[in-house]
Amino acid sequence: MAKTKSRTEKDMRNPSKFQVFCRRNFGFVFILVWLIGFLVFRLYPFISSLVYSFSDFHLFKGISEWGLMNYQEIFESDKIMKSLGVTFAYSFMTVPLKLAFALFIAYILNYKIKGVNFFRTAYYIPSILGGSVAIAVLWKALFRDEGVINAIIRAFGGEGINWLADPDYALFIISLLRVWQFGSAMVLFLAALKGVSVELYEAATIDGASKARQFFSITLPLITPVVFYNLVTQLCQAFQEFNGPYIITQGGPRDATTLFSLLIYRRAFQLNEMGMASAMAWVLFIIVMTLSVIAFVSQKYWVYYGDEK
Amino acid sequence: MASYKRSQNIGTVLKYIVLILVGFIMVYPLIWMVGATFKTNNEIFSNLSPFTAHPTLDGYKNAMNNYGGEINLFTAMLNTYSYVLPKVAFTVVSCTLTAYGFGRFNFKGRNLLFSVLMATLFLPQVVMNVPQFILYNKFGWVDSPIYLPLIIPSLFAFDTYFVFMMIQFLRGIPRELDEAATIDGCNSIQTLVKVICPMLKPAIVSCALFQFMWSSNDFMGPLLYVKTPSRYPATIFVKLSMDADSGFDWNRVLAVSLISIIPSLVVFFCAQDTFVDGISAGSVKG
Repeated sequence: MAKTKSRTEKDMRNPSKFQVFCRRNFGFVFILVWLIGFLVFRLYPFISSLVYSFSDFHLFKGISEWGLMNYQEIFESDKIMKSLGVTFAYSFMTVPLKLAFALFIAYILNYKIKGVNFFRTAYYIPSILGGSVAIAVLWKALFRDEGVINAIIRAFGGEGINWLADPDYALFIISLLRVWQFGSAMVLFLAALKGVSVELYEAATIDGASKARQFFSITLPLITPVVFYNLVTQLCQAFQEFNGPYIITQGGPRDATTLFSLLIYRRAFQLNEMGMASAMAWVLFIIVMTLSVIAFVSQKYWVYYGDEK
Repeated sequence: MASYKRSQNIGTVLKYIVLILVGFIMVYPLIWMVGATFKTNNEIFSNLSPFTAHPTLDGYKNAMNNYGGEINLFTAMLNTYSYVLPKVAFTVVSCTLTAYGFGRFNFKGRNLLFSVLMATLFLPQVVMNVPQFILYNKFGWVDSPIYLPLIIPSLFAFDTYFVFMMIQFLRGIPRELDEAATIDGCNSIQTLVKVICPMLKPAIVSCALFQFMWSSNDFMGPLLYVKTPSRYPATIFVKLSMDADSGFDWNRVLAVSLISIIPSLVVFFCAQDTFVDGISAGSVKG
């Protein structure tokens, strides 16, 4: 009895190595839930999908063959390659348009405009609601053959275009749905623009620099970190676009809006070909990763992070 | 000087014209949508003004129709919020804990794990859908009556974006507050609850708000994991009613769509101030 007591007293004064370790690393307890979730819901699926991508795993029939056949099919199939092209076209159309628009509006809002809050709200609403099915339905109502846009064109004496049935326009209309949601990028640009010191503009004005010159020589370089952030996040999003084409055009007309994510969805969840779908997902992942790495590496040539190293 | 002033005025007027024009393009589709729900199907696409001389409630009456006898718009919306609300609560708790752990403690492997956390921000969800489906299928979670695949991951701070946002915000809260709490005898959990959480409130509110919006708009999740019509959430219901009716019953389809986003709109307008405060507070301190 006395022995145990003395031991606890000793423990209080000279904690064992284990206790010290526990006390020092106590913060680990707080991130434990995240770590478990990461291992179970992210890392395991991520690695298992790489493994599955080398098999013909079918959800109900299981695996009968291992090999590179999925990747071979991807690179030999015209349909899949075309869809990859559509995805690139979609992303390289949507992202620059969206960012240019967001920056342009943020630039105007940054002047001492009355009712900034009102305009900011009006521009932000589409971004908040944009991902919803309801808005995709609305988009279909706007651009269908007998839709609102054609009614406006006809009211001005023009000839309507069957936007969603014409392979030349359908992808652009799907892209426009995302461009319309430029609000979140705009909010970030606006915050960055507010951070540019007014004195710089005053100095430039005294030196006789025009507004355009000021924008390209002062404003743009100073907000490149936010441009970079928006570019990477929007590019990631664009390569994963699913709802718009799935709900509005189902990938048509003539596969003009069949983005890669639609093909993955069909292979995985309509044909249950999980092995093939995993391989396609990995191809998409490697493309997005490569683009992100290019963006990160190129940072040092065009992104300005102040004087800090 | 006078001409300078005049050109400045013209500039200001131009800016307002651009802002109003763009604002009109942004908002017109939404306003037209509201108007269209009160029109007859014949009038919807022939009258471009949001107003109508012959308003009708047919769209709304028909919006209440059952779909296949198993589900109507209200049950679908109830379904949506029956998983959105727990998801929001779980996300807030798990992300706050994780952010507190990373933001305030040093432990072995902290830097490595933090890099992993940041890397998951760039992991495209499209890549994860297939293997996650296989996993949840193994667990027997697909078509679970209590939406397990949609809710459970949020218990584990699955949306790392929010963790990142809260860590950023935590950096702006002075550590002296924690130290003072420790001196006053708080342990680290009491410090979190009594000191950090009240200070983090703006970040917590925007996290809850965003998660609410995103998960009530989420289409892919329910599309993959909810198979029983009586359990469909609003997003799937809207898609189905569009597929069933488009071409002839647009006022019903648009009414269904509009009703389905009303809760999101209400939350956005009510929480807007808190939300903007949260962002600006974060940027001032961070």
